Amino acid sequence: MISKRIIPCLDVRDGKLTKGIKFKGNVDIGDPVEVAREYYEQGADEIVFYDITASSEGRNIMIDVVKRVAQTIFIPFSVGGGIRNVEDMRRVIMAGAEKVSVNSAAVDDPSIITEGARAFGSQCIVLGMDVKKVKVSEKIPSGYEIVIHGGRKYTGIDALWWAKEAQSLGAGEICLNSIDADGTQEGYELNLTSLISDNVQIPVIASGGAGKPKDLADVLTKGRADAALIASMVHYRTYTITEIKQYLKEHEIKTRMLW
Amino acid sequence: MIAIIDYKAGNITSVACALQNIGEKFIITDDTKELERASHVIFPGVGAAGDAMVNLGQKKLDAWLKDWIKAGKPLMGICLGTQIILDYSEENETNCIGLIRGSTKLFPADLKESGRSLKIPHMGWNNVELKRSHPVFEGISKDAEFYFVHSYYPALADDSVVLGVTDYGIKFCSVLAQKNLVAMQFHPEKSGRPGLQILRNFCAWRGNDL
Repeated sequence: MISKRIIPCLDVRDGKLTKGIKFKGNVDIGDPVEVAREYYEQGADEIVFYDITASSEGRNIMIDVVKRVAQTIFIPFSVGGGIRNVEDMRRVIMAGAEKVSVNSAAVDDPSIITEGARAFGSQCIVLGMDVKKVKVSEKIPSGYEIVIHGGRKYTGIDALWWAKEAQSLGAGEICLNSIDADGTQEGYELNLTSLISDNVQIPVIASGGAGKPKDLADVLTKGRADAALIASMVHYRTYTITEIKQYLKEHEIKTRMLW
Repeated sequence: MIAIIDYKAGNITSVACALQNIGEKFIITDDTKELERASHVIFPGVGAAGDAMVNLGQKKLDAWLKDWIKAGKPLMGICLGTQIILDYSEENETNCIGLIRGSTKLFPADLKESGRSLKIPHMGWNNVELKRSHPVFEGISKDAEFYFVHSYYPALADDSVVLGVTDYGIKFCSVLAQKNLVAMQFHPEKSGRPGLQILRNFCAWRGNDL
């Protein structure tokens, strides 16, 4: 039986974590490779790196980070942020990442999904979706709209339609982020997650709102997510990944317990 | 020395990183003369069967693999490298290398587990139930999980070649072994410590199935 995946997400700018993470001895660690190693040791099933670098110089630093991560941890990891074309994807994949995620670039030009899938296989292409709850309308029948630029710009695209469209274009997985829940630490958006997960055949990673282990239990059962993305709750050391997995095990949710 | 066959089927960086981590010397090549110098060969691959067979044929690697197996030297297949050593793949309706009798099939669309539909691809961590012991799986706990990502699975003609099975709505052959050949559907190079242990065992293996 397949396990549910627990996936910490690390934001990187110019090769450093945007927010230092305190581990052993309470020392602020800014190196994404060191933190990735720590999460690997704690039992992370996969790691997501989100590169918020603006400069092309910073992008080269990110490629170096990816190479070092690939030499350090032996679980899959993906890289998103700033992927605009197949050449950007190739650089990240050749450096050792399993997957790349595209978000606003795919909204601007959906063919990047098809081209990426053709070049590297669907399993490499993750569609990142930022979603806000809106009033149900003719244009947005699901009541969930795709937003870009960190939630500042509404696109007029229905989230459910976009998820199905991305699947048919060749995306291998969806990382579904609720902008409404993001940062609240009050739980994932369960309705949104189950709506998308029930209507696509590809795996769905739930993102946004995780604050405690029960939130993960809920989204992996009621939300029907295949995986759960976490950030603050482990970055601030409120919980370790090991503790979260132990909680899930006690609640009869299967995750990988041996690593 | 270990050789990783590079036939332009996906990324082999992670296999190389894993071998580096366990301290094995290796080369990455598509040149059969280079391959002859190796003690062990790893045949990885991600992507589609059709393109993979075309690329292998151009470099005469399909014929070379048959000779390598006849010579009794250790070979490890990974993911697509496991699927295309069978006779045939439903993916792109492709005639494959034929080291092992059987064919690679697409997961049925209506897979279910506890009444709920399962996703395709089968992507994530899953168990392997071993049918017997094997030197390459020595020291691996029965609770260990491995990283899978695939939409097609190996269906063997001869059950005795099945070394391990995995449950994903159906029970499919996730590891096969015959004499000096061992091949797995999951990615040992991405399966944490148990995966690295399998690679380490393979590199120490003489190619006997005892």
